[in-house]
Amino acid sequence: MAGPVQSIERAAAILRLLASGPRRLGLGEVAASLALAKGTTHGILRTLQNIDFVEQDPATGKYQLGAALLHLGTSYLDVNELRSRSINWADALAARSGEAVRLGAPLEGKVLIVHHVFRPDDTLQTLDVGALLPLHASSLGKVLLAFGSVPLEPAVEAGLEAYTRHTLVDREHLTRALTEVRELGWAAEVQEMITGEAGIAAPVRGHGGLVVGAIGVSGTVERICDAKGVPQPALVTQVRHAARAISRDLGAARW
Amino acid sequence: MVKRYVMSIDQGTTSTRCILFDHQGRLVSVAQREHQQYFPRPGWVEHDAVEIWHTLERVVPQALSHADVSADEVAAVGIANQRETTVLWDPRTGTPLGRAIVWQDTRTAPLVEDLRSRPGDEFFLRRCCLPPSTYFSAPRIRWLFDHVEGLRQRAEDGEVLFGTMESWLIWNLTGGPSGGVHLTDVTNASRTMLMNISTLDWDEELLEFFGVPRPMLPEIRASAESYGAARAVIPGVPITAALGDQQAALFGQTCFAPGEAKCTYGTGSFLLLNTGTDLVRSRHGLLTTVAYKVDDQPAVYALEGPIAVTGALVQWFRDRLGLISTAPEIETLARTVENNGGCYIVPAFSGLYAPHWRSDARGVIVGLTSYITKGHLARAVLEATGWQTREVVDAMNADSSLALKVLKVDGGMTSDNLLMQFLADVLDVPVVRPMAVETVSLGAAYAAGLAAGYWPDLEVLRRNWHRAAQWLPDMAPERREAEYEDWKRAVERSLGWIASPRPP
Repeated sequence: MAGPVQSIERAAAILRLLASGPRRLGLGEVAASLALAKGTTHGILRTLQNIDFVEQDPATGKYQLGAALLHLGTSYLDVNELRSRSINWADALAARSGEAVRLGAPLEGKVLIVHHVFRPDDTLQTLDVGALLPLHASSLGKVLLAFGSVPLEPAVEAGLEAYTRHTLVDREHLTRALTEVRELGWAAEVQEMITGEAGIAAPVRGHGGLVVGAIGVSGTVERICDAKGVPQPALVTQVRHAARAISRDLGAARW
Repeated sequence: MVKRYVMSIDQGTTSTRCILFDHQGRLVSVAQREHQQYFPRPGWVEHDAVEIWHTLERVVPQALSHADVSADEVAAVGIANQRETTVLWDPRTGTPLGRAIVWQDTRTAPLVEDLRSRPGDEFFLRRCCLPPSTYFSAPRIRWLFDHVEGLRQRAEDGEVLFGTMESWLIWNLTGGPSGGVHLTDVTNASRTMLMNISTLDWDEELLEFFGVPRPMLPEIRASAESYGAARAVIPGVPITAALGDQQAALFGQTCFAPGEAKCTYGTGSFLLLNTGTDLVRSRHGLLTTVAYKVDDQPAVYALEGPIAVTGALVQWFRDRLGLISTAPEIETLARTVENNGGCYIVPAFSGLYAPHWRSDARGVIVGLTSYITKGHLARAVLEATGWQTREVVDAMNADSSLALKVLKVDGGMTSDNLLMQFLADVLDVPVVRPMAVETVSLGAAYAAGLAAGYWPDLEVLRRNWHRAAQWLPDMAPERREAEYEDWKRAVERSLGWIASPRPP
């Protein structure tokens, strides 16, 4: 086994030092406190600054802990907490859209259904909570892939299974679709998992804008899409509205 | 102006919220604000009634402005309120005589013990269907008369008004000292221990027994009927409904037919079963209460099983033991194990409510072995809510000819899937969650809209109810029965821990 990486140990020492008091510290103070060369110290501070773990006061040039570090411990979101925080908005989305609503979070290369609200027509439906969906063939999964909640490579390497003739099984096609999802801010899936079924989903963001899940509606293609097979704009608006409302409640200020 | 919305005001134990609903019963706008809890002595819980009135004055305009709605677009307003909390005030000045005594307050415990031995439960059960308990209002009025000098005389001279929260708020909304109307509804009145449950009027014998002069009492009205127009905050808007919060939830869940039941899972939990226009006197430890009364139609009754500690056990697990950081994480922790490992928690923190009514019980954790992990404890925490519900349902099935076929649920704990599945498993009936979680507010809005003609009849309201989720029983009957036996043995071990009730 390789030995400890010295620069990481030093970076940790700098972070501990900055965390130890309320006062901002200058480059010289940091270097002197840890008995490091100024050049080495500056290199580490600059790297930490690049990843938002450290901030430099523009006026004095002194350093303090960065916002990203403060959110490090809180970016993990328990899926049951996610359901609890989403439940009112998911109900409202189902009531307004008239469609079934599902909330998904990443789990071991799949989408875990965390919450499910029945389509409000009182027909017999069963709870999907706990079920797993494929990432590349569901609107919830495409959102998670597009916004970096789950890495794309392992999904591609595991093989893009064809569920219908519309499933995106080609890496190029999938990559292009995900770029479009990022540009639009929402994802659709039209007969890609089950023939005759479609879905629309949008990202749910937590602290710092990190995508922690996806919420969407799903149902028969005739209900979700127009005659040309394009997702209904009104449904897209409702889904995005619900996703933004949950994100706001979760502390993603900008959305 | 087109009347597009109905407003509900839910004056709860910790906060007051105002919600606007549309024709489909969909939530349009919410505003909420907490008020302060006062704990002047152990066992005492008080609220400042003036603060609560000011809170209402703030949240109502907020709810309107959030949705850009003006008061003249509101067809009617209905009020749901924390029950049994007692306010006394001076009608000339509108000033409360001391703080409101909250339903959780146990200062009347010694008095209640006396009442249970003399004249005994039967005297009260015959008249108001409630056993003496610190829970209800009348012992508090008596306590105030015994402890505040000159109060009884002032009450007899008409210088003091009594009310639960809805009375206080309606009196203020309709003008306060200058012409405010002093009324209560049958559901709230049925929790005072002063109303005769058959005649639905104040009971002379009970008034005499508690020494409550009639002039201080509000007029008892239907839960849904026109009480008059507001003169403050929302001038001109008709006030057309008032219900106790749990009765409002029953109404919001559209449990209009005999045999329909709901349970609201919060800090405590409250299961109410509609028994129709028949008055069912419980012989198995439940309360008989009025469910609602619409205009001059006959009153509809309910059997109620209050459970003191359900969500509060999860809060205790979070805040006192620190084993989880948020309440929903209890499910994550519970799912780390397959079962409770033989461990049971009976959360009799301040005795047991329905169906046991044992103030001498205290909490126990039984079945501990070195095998038990925090995961097993988390399961036992959730299962305690399931088994306590089962005990209440068994009592209801024994009291009523209508066996429970399905349980409608609402409240914060319904987001816990493990608990909801466990409930279906131990009750052996489907558990369904409606699409509207805010059933208390919705119930008050429904009752108000019905009385104002915004909705034509109960059938229309029923059509607004939609199933959001359903959990079906999936547990082997042998396992259900064996674990229920274990639970009952655990409950036995919690009883009699307090040798005699301690003075507060």
